[in-house]
Amino acid sequence: MSSDLTSPEAAHDGHELNAHTDALLPNPGLEEHHWRPTDVDPKAEKRAERQVATFFALSAICTVLFVLSYILVKGGPDGPVWLGWGASNLALGVTLGGALLFIGIGVIQWARKLMTDVELVEVRHPAASSESDRAATVAALKSALEESGIGRRPLLRNSLIGSIALLGVPAIVVLKDLGPTNHDVEQTQPYAGAGLEHTVWSRGMRVVRDVVGTPIRPSDLEIGDLVNAEPELIFGKRDGEEVDEDELLEGAPLQVAKSKAATVLLRMDPDDIVSDVTRNWSVEGIVAYSKICTHVGCPISLNERTTHHLLCPCHQSTFDLADAGKVIFGPAGRHLPQLPLGVDEDGFLVALSDYPEPVGPSYWERNTYSVEDVFKGWAKSNAQAAEEYGYKEGGQ
Amino acid sequence: MRFLNRSVGRLSRHRRRPLAGAVVLLLALLVTGGLYAVLSPASSAEDKADQADQVAKGRELFLVSCSTCHGQNGEGLVTQKGKLLGPSLVGVGAAAVDFQVGTGRMPMAQPGAQVETKRPTFDQDDINALAAYVGSLAPGPAIPDKNQYDPSTYSSDKEKEQAVTLGGQIFLTNCTACHNFTGAGGAMPRGGHAPRLLDTDPKYIYEAMLTGPQSMDNFSDGNISPEEKKAVIAYIENMREQPGYGGFSLGGLGPVSEGLFAWVAGIGVLIGFAVWIAAHTTRTNKKKGTAQ
Repeated sequence: MSSDLTSPEAAHDGHELNAHTDALLPNPGLEEHHWRPTDVDPKAEKRAERQVATFFALSAICTVLFVLSYILVKGGPDGPVWLGWGASNLALGVTLGGALLFIGIGVIQWARKLMTDVELVEVRHPAASSESDRAATVAALKSALEESGIGRRPLLRNSLIGSIALLGVPAIVVLKDLGPTNHDVEQTQPYAGAGLEHTVWSRGMRVVRDVVGTPIRPSDLEIGDLVNAEPELIFGKRDGEEVDEDELLEGAPLQVAKSKAATVLLRMDPDDIVSDVTRNWSVEGIVAYSKICTHVGCPISLNERTTHHLLCPCHQSTFDLADAGKVIFGPAGRHLPQLPLGVDEDGFLVALSDYPEPVGPSYWERNTYSVEDVFKGWAKSNAQAAEEYGYKEGGQ
Repeated sequence: MRFLNRSVGRLSRHRRRPLAGAVVLLLALLVTGGLYAVLSPASSAEDKADQADQVAKGRELFLVSCSTCHGQNGEGLVTQKGKLLGPSLVGVGAAAVDFQVGTGRMPMAQPGAQVETKRPTFDQDDINALAAYVGSLAPGPAIPDKNQYDPSTYSSDKEKEQAVTLGGQIFLTNCTACHNFTGAGGAMPRGGHAPRLLDTDPKYIYEAMLTGPQSMDNFSDGNISPEEKKAVIAYIENMREQPGYGGFSLGGLGPVSEGLFAWVAGIGVLIGFAVWIAAHTTRTNKKKGTAQ
């Protein structure tokens, strides 16, 4: 191989290269063109034309059928059923899909059979611009820098950079409008348990079954029973009596309170409980945990009875309910908050306090404490008052 | 004596009268009824004897088919390394046996992450005998009545509709985490799965809630009342009858099956079209203007 072939100058010049390779192996030129049957046979051409027109006609028929089925076939749960599918959706989908599909098929068939059949040769060019274009661009940029004097006037340059950088601040400041701060919510919302830190649970609030709202006695549950529970206030009651209007939760506050206060109740063999904290807050082996995953707040009630592992179906975070809701797998960063349980004078399960720590996913102002620290903090301010509901260390 | 003879003779004179047969039949019926009433405690004792027979038959079957893992008296067995071979059956009740054996889960074919359903090994008589034996070990939930679990026993359509509404709320709160919003089942940790509910016999759904098989939690009568359990079953049956408004449900398993379908069938069809668009059309060796 000669040296001028590999030198960069020669490689840049395509023509020289072509001339060289042509000398080694002459360019055979284009192959003889074979025509399509539709190009040489007028009958085939007519046939293809009719074929394409048929596809367009089919599309038109589908469109008409779409309009007809929209008018004639009733939708919704009272509508007819075809082949086990809702007739309206099936008819609308098939006809509109057909209308679009047949236009597509017709156009492709048209292009393949009837549109001009020529072979084109496009010579490949180097990707870079020519030397002279590049030189002209650099010269233009240089002269612009020179004429604006940005290099000579640092005051202008720096103040420009500073003012542009400052334009980022409005973008950050308007983030405040994303919502009220946690503090604002707690100060301004009139209902119990507003904000991220608290829920509607309070000392002596009965634990009731979700959906039906009936209170629970410890003897109702067998070992292995799991109850999806809510505070009684969600059902507008306190100790079985209707609450006053000013305490009644309705509308959005009710939904917020319900979603934050959601709780799972599990009865396990008291000997299976590992953590002392969990035992202190349990009643005869019945433990209560927040149903809101500490990762991103999915509701979790996927419990494996044999292992006491509660699994979040969203990202597979797994919490050990026998061991203070400790995370044993998955992306969750904090243990599941436990609700201290007691029994009221009528024998129904009640909460001994609100959740001792915020439920749900992390937020900026939230601190993370160990289970033992959470318990110590709780015991300092709640243990004495909780004795009214049978609280004692080691379980009720 | 004469008096007796005379009265018998007087009675005997009536024996060919038209109504005599009917009177005798009436007397015979009264005597039989009376005898039955007097002797019925004896027949309940017979029932007990039947039950004892059933328990004895169940025990025989148990010794042959179950005791290898559950122990000769259903007390459960642990291997030398402390691994549970078969749990204790004391107190699980007849309902648990009917569910486990009736769905073919027991006797277990092989240990693993999940005990799978298969064709039942025993017929219902044998299952009842086994259930009677295990139920006799300690009190536990009994096999439910048809009235308790079968939604077709609702007295009116309105009652059934109300049950479907209530059952739907209870299902969505308690069951969907594992069994999916459509009752199609779902994956569980370490290779297990929550089974599909749409083809399950209502009796077995009821018994599963009552006894909490395998990893499933209990939903005992103190947790979800018998009426609420029946309502949940009514809702599941209602889901089964729903037409597919969204077209192919692809098993109702969400992104896994839908994604697989989109990648294989959806993109496959698009590639097919792309190949068709770019493929060579038929060519001929004829020149232009030569064909006639």
